[in-house]
Amino acid sequence: MSHMKQSECLDNKTKVVKPEVNFRFFLQLFWATFTLSIFTFGGGFVIISLMRKKMVATLHWIDDEQMMDFVTIAQSSPGPIAVNGSLMVGYHLAKLPGALVAALGTILPPMIILSLVSLGYEAVKDNLWIDAAFHGMRPVVAAIVLQVTWVLFKPLLAKKKIIPLLMFALSFVALYLFKVNIMLVMVICIIVAVIVSLVGMKKAGLR
Amino acid sequence: MTVLFQLFFSFFQIGLFSIGGGYAAMPLIQAQTVDIHHWLTLTEFANLVTIAEMTPGPIAINSATFVGMKVAGLSGVLVATLGNVLPSCIIIIILARLYEKYSKQTLLKNVLENVRPVVVAAIFTAGLALLQLAVGSISLENLQLDIFALIVFILAFFILNGKRLHIGPLVLLVLGALVGIGYELVQQYLFV
Repeated sequence: MSHMKQSECLDNKTKVVKPEVNFRFFLQLFWATFTLSIFTFGGGFVIISLMRKKMVATLHWIDDEQMMDFVTIAQSSPGPIAVNGSLMVGYHLAKLPGALVAALGTILPPMIILSLVSLGYEAVKDNLWIDAAFHGMRPVVAAIVLQVTWVLFKPLLAKKKIIPLLMFALSFVALYLFKVNIMLVMVICIIVAVIVSLVGMKKAGLR
Repeated sequence: MTVLFQLFFSFFQIGLFSIGGGYAAMPLIQAQTVDIHHWLTLTEFANLVTIAEMTPGPIAINSATFVGMKVAGLSGVLVATLGNVLPSCIIIIILARLYEKYSKQTLLKNVLENVRPVVVAAIFTAGLALLQLAVGSISLENLQLDIFALIVFILAFFILNGKRLHIGPLVLLVLGALVGIGYELVQQYLFV
């Protein structure tokens, strides 16, 4: 079984069939991203792995290598990873209309669900028992977020490089103690990151 | 009209600056909706994050829809969501075109690696704000510590961080809700 997958991967240049762009295809693309979005709890990386399953293994629209590149670009660009991934796949298959259809399929389910939740929330927000439930859930959410922080922080520590740790410390002090606007901190850091990257790449190139 | 424009522009900024997925968007959403525009209180924001964790879809889209509906109804939902995904659409389509031409871009990868520490710091700050809200203020002159919430937090953190118990965030949230209701029941009926 795994051998078959391997060979499929190897000659995927011939196996992958870029679908014909017609109304049926757009319907199929919309339905694929819509169902992916509905059944994905728990963040962008989950949807990306499900998307790979659908687009590569089931529909054979793209190959594994392309999917990996799409994931890299999706997770390193601004915006929700799931939306970015859909846009990449959609654009690859059918240019701008494909990208827009795929993105629409991805954002419609959360829009519909949260609209309903929002209307319901206004009705029940002063309910004692709903309040009690949130009383129990709020510390759990804090734990989820801080545990994610810890998971992301560990690789920074492991690299033992000064600049990343310094950037972490400085931006934390700016954000937490001095309440500097986060957009401002991000812009400054992106500028610093571009300079650091360019200098680093130049050094690597000179060697 | 101005509210719709503010919604659009706020969520446009959130979309533009949230690099690295849902948790990176969270501090930005807090800044825009709580600190700058006062569309939500900090408690409402914490509840929104809880709801977003429990429902499918990206947290930024969930927030845009929730806040849009609260501030300006259905048109608010559309404007906020559109604002949120527009930066993605523009940037990804440019990158997709470049990808079809060049396939790899090392500078982007390098830059994003260097931006990462800031994103972690921002998530950490937002996490601390959520923790403070959940367990109460920890200052010397005004010590109002919610012991119940603190215990729930510590348990949840170690369950998530541990490798033995495979309890996902969603299940943990449901457990948290049940514990919260149970605690309220005990307070209502045992300590009257």
